[in-house]
Amino acid sequence: MIHVEGLTKRYGQSLAIDNISFHINRGEVVGLLGPNGAGKTTTMKILTCFISATAGRASIAGHDTFDEPLKVKEQIGYLPESCPVYHDMDVTTYLRFSAEVRGIPSSKRKAAVDRVISDCDLGKVTYKLIGHLSKGYRQRVGLAQALIHDPAVLILDEPTSGLDPNQIRDILSLINNLGQEKTVIHSTHILSEVESTSDRVLIINNGHIVAQGTPKELMSRSSGTTVYLTVKGADVQTQLASAPFVKKAEKLADGRDGFLRLALQGADQRDVSLDVFKMAVEKNWLLSELKAETASLEDVFAKLTRG
Amino acid sequence: MNHVTTIFKKELRSYFSSPIGFVFIIFYLLVSNAFFFFVQDFFRQGQVTMRGYFAAMPWVFLFFVPAITMRLWAEEKKMGTVELLLTMPMKEWEVVLGKFLAAFGFLAITLAFSFTIPATLMYLGKPDLGVIVGSYVGALFLGSAYLAIGLYISSLTENQVVAFIISLAVIFVLLLIGIAPVWLNALGTIVSVCEYVSLLSHFNNVTRGVIDSRDVIYYASVIALFLYLNVKNIEARKWR
Repeated sequence: MIHVEGLTKRYGQSLAIDNISFHINRGEVVGLLGPNGAGKTTTMKILTCFISATAGRASIAGHDTFDEPLKVKEQIGYLPESCPVYHDMDVTTYLRFSAEVRGIPSSKRKAAVDRVISDCDLGKVTYKLIGHLSKGYRQRVGLAQALIHDPAVLILDEPTSGLDPNQIRDILSLINNLGQEKTVIHSTHILSEVESTSDRVLIINNGHIVAQGTPKELMSRSSGTTVYLTVKGADVQTQLASAPFVKKAEKLADGRDGFLRLALQGADQRDVSLDVFKMAVEKNWLLSELKAETASLEDVFAKLTRG
Repeated sequence: MNHVTTIFKKELRSYFSSPIGFVFIIFYLLVSNAFFFFVQDFFRQGQVTMRGYFAAMPWVFLFFVPAITMRLWAEEKKMGTVELLLTMPMKEWEVVLGKFLAAFGFLAITLAFSFTIPATLMYLGKPDLGVIVGSYVGALFLGSAYLAIGLYISSLTENQVVAFIISLAVIFVLLLIGIAPVWLNALGTIVSVCEYVSLLSHFNNVTRGVIDSRDVIYYASVIALFLYLNVKNIEARKWR
């Protein structure tokens, strides 16, 4: 659905994105993750034909963003960063205007406006001036505008920034619903959002894609699951270290009464706590602690985007 | 063409969505009427003609027209809505033309409210209506040239005040060069070039109610040139 190849954008001397390539399938919800200034917004601006790339190509639904911008624009609904809206219009007028620009025939405009008003829960503010609305409502008006023509692709640039936790939850559940039938690409620097909504994550840093995969894949990629145990027995550390399911066994501390605290990394990064437990039973070790900890997306993110 | 209409309606509506549009029209009418009736001393002239009214128009428009156009792009850029507007499936020229026509519509509405002057003249005597209508048409040409310049300059900045001041300065220079070369008579051909380029010299016929095709072509070219530059400038955002 979205195909990006070798995309590069230079603003004067500075390189905003450098040779980015990725592919997004129909119906996928993809989170674009990265610190501020990583190149997320630039990528989105190119996809929406607001700016052109310095090099490389991008296409949406088979239409090139450079050669056929109008065709591309028809396919997408876009919510720009910080959600700009016309403050001097009321919600209905604004949505009607969007519908008109999107070429929805006048006989169907009212139905389209009513649909997005109910989808985005704007019923209470239909005739209010957008300038008088709260940030959460404005964001929803922005989303409603992006949905008015029922686009196949949604591009949302930081749809939750500046919202309170409840509003964030609302927007995320809306994205979740939309993702069932649409291709969605949304950017954020809040990791839990990506975990709960996205099928796949692209992590961008300094204009490069540094990692991509499902949230699970990314989490296991870092250091996998670490098993912590406190154990007492003869020669525990060497025996564990030579066990086939263990990649690395590290002593963290000497406990009291001959107990040892160890950290184990599984051979194929999986959770090996059960194997450890079985071995302890076999060898008659005393076990006072056994827990598995999977690296969070935060860890992965920090590892990939720092240094 | 549908998109031009959509943008036209949106922009024209926004002139009247706050009191500013009405305040503007009232202020324009006050200034232009005061100028005509009191500064130019209409009642002592003993002639039922609007010549003085139209003669002052290049100078009155100098302040009023940049105020009409200053917001059209600068505000969109400042609020970020330009990104919405230009990612909707429209061509750049459609947006530019829609905005221009809306500004033109607003100017035409403003001018229409000055009907009280011809009405007064008709009450007082028998003015030559052909001349008056011709002058109004000419005034719309002059105003449109100002609008095209102002709209273009508004697209260069995101600050409305800057857009206003620069538009005013550019139009002021284009007016002045119609007069200034007369003082520098020694320069020869440059004088006629300057006179041709000036917005002012082409308006002289208009105040007499004469619509000369040369003047029409001149104003149409100025409008086309600045609308073209405007479209190019909007397209150039892609490469910055």
